[in-house]
Amino acid sequence: MKPSVTHPSTAKSPRSKWWLEPAIALGIAIAFAVIMPLFLPVFRLRLLGRFVALAIAALGIDLIWGYTGLLSLGHGIFFALGGYAFAMYLNLQLPEGQIPNFFSLYGVDELPWIWQPFYSLPITLISIVLIPAIVAGLLGYLVFRNRIKGVYFSILTQAALLVFFNFFNGQQELINGTNGLSTNRYEIFGVASGAPEAQLAFFQLSTVMVALVYLVCRWLTQGRFGRMLVAIRDDEVRARFAGYDPTGFKILVFAVSGAIAGIAGALFTVQTGLITPGFMEVPFSIEMVIWVAVGGRASLIGAIIGTLLVRSAQTFLSEWSPEAWLFFQGALFLIVVTVLPQGLYGWFRDWAIPKLRSRLGLQPRLVSYPDIDLNPEVQQEHDELEHLDG
Amino acid sequence: MIELAVGIFNGIGIGSVLLIAALGLAIVFGLMGVINLAHGELMMLGAYATFVVQNFFRDLDAGDGVFGLYIIVALPVAFLVSAVAGLILERGVIRFLYGRPLETLLATWGVSLILRQLVRSVNWLLTIAILLFCALFFGGMWLLRRRPNWEGMKGWAIAILLPLSLAIAGIAGWAMTGNATLARPWFGPRNLDVSTPPWLRGGFELGAYRLPYSRMFIIVLTILCLAGIYWFFNRSDWGLRIRSVTQNRDMSACLGIPTGTVDALTFALGSGLAGIAGCAITLLGSVGPNVGQNYIVDTFMVVVVGGVGNLFGAIIAALTIGVSTYLLGSGALARVFEDINSLQFVAEFLRFFTSTSMARVMVFVLIIAFLQVKPSGIFPQKGRTAEL
Repeated sequence: MKPSVTHPSTAKSPRSKWWLEPAIALGIAIAFAVIMPLFLPVFRLRLLGRFVALAIAALGIDLIWGYTGLLSLGHGIFFALGGYAFAMYLNLQLPEGQIPNFFSLYGVDELPWIWQPFYSLPITLISIVLIPAIVAGLLGYLVFRNRIKGVYFSILTQAALLVFFNFFNGQQELINGTNGLSTNRYEIFGVASGAPEAQLAFFQLSTVMVALVYLVCRWLTQGRFGRMLVAIRDDEVRARFAGYDPTGFKILVFAVSGAIAGIAGALFTVQTGLITPGFMEVPFSIEMVIWVAVGGRASLIGAIIGTLLVRSAQTFLSEWSPEAWLFFQGALFLIVVTVLPQGLYGWFRDWAIPKLRSRLGLQPRLVSYPDIDLNPEVQQEHDELEHLDG
Repeated sequence: MIELAVGIFNGIGIGSVLLIAALGLAIVFGLMGVINLAHGELMMLGAYATFVVQNFFRDLDAGDGVFGLYIIVALPVAFLVSAVAGLILERGVIRFLYGRPLETLLATWGVSLILRQLVRSVNWLLTIAILLFCALFFGGMWLLRRRPNWEGMKGWAIAILLPLSLAIAGIAGWAMTGNATLARPWFGPRNLDVSTPPWLRGGFELGAYRLPYSRMFIIVLTILCLAGIYWFFNRSDWGLRIRSVTQNRDMSACLGIPTGTVDALTFALGSGLAGIAGCAITLLGSVGPNVGQNYIVDTFMVVVVGGVGNLFGAIIAALTIGVSTYLLGSGALARVFEDINSLQFVAEFLRFFTSTSMARVMVFVLIIAFLQVKPSGIFPQKGRTAEL
């Protein structure tokens, strides 16, 4: 008997349940946002909200480091730019005709033009995403155009970080220099942004944003765009020889990653109550990379887990002894790089779970090339061949 | 004009320190493709070694001017301390990460964090605990290594020995915390001052300006280092081996050059140069745990601009960056343009960048502009790669 032919259109396609993952991710995020406030004291909840905001930035890092293989040591720039944009909006929530207090310290009595757009909330929200994206895109264009890559790229981003830090530190009259902008006292929608209600809202907003950004990253890394990123990571020269232009992809992904860091920065700023050029210091930007490395590169979920774990460990250890934390952090860098190159997620995926399965007597799962049998195109070819034979 | 000349001289002084530091970095990067983010901390170790030597000479001094000679002793001591630290770093960490430059970057950053905290909190207690741990762990490993089934039990041995020796060292350290003399930090988190030897104080008078002797000393030191490196690379057997491994690692290995030893030696040499740079910066300012961080990015820029593995490129890049940062930062360049009426707008523009931090902004912009023209530095490595 001739085996029944499966037509591609009736085959179970991986896209048929496309809504499942977004639903699960959003569901978990909303559950997390509702349950956590019930049994965490306000102080801890604020901390958690900050960690969640940082996890967003880690997702951006995972996108360019994990998938594209570009190690950016300058993500603090985009993080702080997003933070500054939101802080400027909050600082302008004043009665008509007033300008933020710190200006009087430096004898400025007219609002600098750069502040003007931030009166409006929509423009602020757009610029939180757009300004970091443009800066990242520009930097990326100047660097990638010349095929500068690898460690050179990392060093240039670090230098750029230092430059931005110096610039923001020096501009007393424009953005209050070293002291930065505080946000706690200012109102958003009629509530002081430092008040518990507002903070709870920010926490919930952060968790939902983490889920949304995660989904955007998932969407980006699946399919053609994601394959292209991995191709650039694994062998850029070959990708170029195959007729693709990696430069555009790299610029685009760097800009997207910058935009994500901007969102993270804005959410982090309102939950910290302060933004200073200190956000653009070198250690902070490198720390972001270690969250991703601990969680597991190129897995997205690893970036979130890593951030929450490392940041929590940091909080508890520094409360116990600040010195111990710095030693521990240094050791963490060494351990992750030498012993756990795939991070915790990779360790679970490649070692712990197969080990557990074999202990339980289950057959090891055979892995073929990803989904080649499910690929509609491959199946169609297969069917056509069978038709020819028959 | 004299002001400009003095500015250039001072800039060269800064550039020379950058150059000594960048030399080590460039050699290591050229050979192994490794960017060592702990390079600044190796400089810091050199600076602290100078501080210790200075204190030793201060105790020794009986008013006969012996104190002033400390710098002569401090240079080799700083070189040795940093070189040994670099050797441990290479053998302990970097050796395992060969061919993974980004991971090496992170690992060396971890090392730099540890070193920075180490000089802040090092005391006899910590030293004893570390020595105890090393003795227990490495001693135990050494004993176990002689067993015939070593390969099979290696994982288990590490899993048991590591926490055990950590616990013993930790408990021993904790038990001794009561002892105040043992628990006092050697250096502490504050910045320490190294006093310049009397014969390097003052300067050469030049009209209203002064060329400090200490900067001249640094320049001379840099020239000596350069000459030494040049001699080492071009006239000695090991220099030849290092150059050959830099050019083609696999081929060198086939011809019987011990590439592992060459790596270790080069890394020690590069770190030693960082130590000398650290000794030199004690003449310019105070010594603190973060002193290396101030130089590290500039040093990398030297390597990026100069091109990889090229001494001459590093020299030009370091001097250019040092001089331009100083001229912009001190406002000397802005004042030159002030005298010319038609160029007032240039002076105005330059005055905006008149501070050390803003000068850095400007120099970075210039570097990025330069890299648009020559992406792989002044002297790119010649070769038939498909990449460039």
